[in-house]
Amino acid sequence: MKCSVALSVEDLSFSYGGKKALSDVNFKIHSGECTILLGPNGAGKSTLFSLITRLYDTHNGQIELCGFDVKRQTRLALEKLGVVFQQSTLDMDLTVLQNLRYHTALHGMGRKLAEQRIQLELERLSMFDRRFEKIRQLNGGHRRRVEIARALLHKPAVLLLDEPTVGLDVPSRLAIVDYVHCLAEEEKLAVLWASHLIDEIYPEDHLIVLHQGCVKANGLVDEVLKITEATAIKDAFCQLTQGEQA
Amino acid sequence: MKITHYWRAMWGIIWRELWRFVTQRERFISALVRPLVWLFVFAAGFRAALGLAITPPYETYILYEVYITPGLIGMIQLFNGMQSSLSMVYDREMGSMRILMVCPLPRWFLLLSKLLAGTGVSILQAYVFLMIAWFYDIQAPWQGYLWVMPSLLLAGLMLGALGLLLSSFIKQLENFAGVMNFVIFPMFFMSTALYPLWKIKESSALLYQLAQYNPFSQAVELIRFSFYGQFNSQAFIYTLIAFVVFMAAAIVGYNPSKGMMMRKGGA
Repeated sequence: MKCSVALSVEDLSFSYGGKKALSDVNFKIHSGECTILLGPNGAGKSTLFSLITRLYDTHNGQIELCGFDVKRQTRLALEKLGVVFQQSTLDMDLTVLQNLRYHTALHGMGRKLAEQRIQLELERLSMFDRRFEKIRQLNGGHRRRVEIARALLHKPAVLLLDEPTVGLDVPSRLAIVDYVHCLAEEEKLAVLWASHLIDEIYPEDHLIVLHQGCVKANGLVDEVLKITEATAIKDAFCQLTQGEQA
Repeated sequence: MKITHYWRAMWGIIWRELWRFVTQRERFISALVRPLVWLFVFAAGFRAALGLAITPPYETYILYEVYITPGLIGMIQLFNGMQSSLSMVYDREMGSMRILMVCPLPRWFLLLSKLLAGTGVSILQAYVFLMIAWFYDIQAPWQGYLWVMPSLLLAGLMLGALGLLLSSFIKQLENFAGVMNFVIFPMFFMSTALYPLWKIKESSALLYQLAQYNPFSQAVELIRFSFYGQFNSQAFIYTLIAFVVFMAAAIVGYNPSKGMMMRKGGA
């Protein structure tokens, strides 16, 4: 099911003890949009992801996935969500196929449907021929492809990616960036991509700049450039984060 | 939410755990070597030193090896419970726990499935151990091998739930050494696994009390009686209550709004 407002975050604040990690965060993401969440280290990107995925509890504010409150309608909300975490979450001792079957089992998919979806997603990422290989035997780029394929098996409406290209070589990185942008457009998927790499942003993307737990800018790339009166995203970013490295 | 979803997810979690166990040959062997060393070396040496009176469920004098066999099965399950807990901490550090926690099922169900998977592994280990012990002439009535199955299930669940609870408190893998010193060893040595209660009472009243109320002792007695087709109701109730308490506390520990996860800043 695709929904117009796929992810909605309203007045979200979060603290670790007395230390504020997020402060009054507000944004919406629509189907078919690729939104880049840009922020320096410690900006609150991973905390935000942990709240959206319900690994942490939301005390202040509200998060909705396709209209379902993550806190109160957790299961319905999580059904709509596909996630690629920053750290690899694949089982190294299992094969590609076994890892994906495990995921389909967790989402309650029958064997036949699971096999169809696995084949489809792996073929799209040119990984089907490697399905019997153990994850340990794959390089970083291929592991990431498997994780993306896995996140899409249950046909989510929202795809979260937490710095998925960290540590990859340039061709692998570009291939993943390109693939995810195509997915958003063709599958009408709402993508939220946390990154600190400016070259992963496409001109038509939505951009959210997060700094010290606050949203400093939220809009299309052109709009952010206009507000900051900058000519390049890098300059806009430096201005919004007072010169911190992305 | 369809019941088939629950069933498929539970089976997926159990299958993954069993597969990992079977393919990790070193883990399989080391899980067996530990109790076998106790049986072949420790028990053989202790046989002469320890005289055992006839106490239920035994109806005649028995060898010390026969006495400690249920205790060693308990040991297998205790170590397995802690091993599962260790793997949960590892999974959490490595991130693979997240994939389980973000699937659209209640967290208590996911933890219970994980627990059942770990218990399944411990039962498998226990039966392989019993098979080796059988060739060493430690043999219970053949029906005992069937009767003991439900007891192994409950004991495995209880000890696994304790491991689960501990894993919700342990932040880093390095802290796990403490579990060995403060949980596994005291639980094992202050129990009826190696010596009967009356023997402990002879040497220390305090130790006797500790051993009596140690849930591990009750699990061992449940297993011991089952081998001879006897139902130890006290041990059963005690083990069941311990399981419920540990499991409930573990569920709270893994609850994002109430538990330790958030305070630790990891999931």
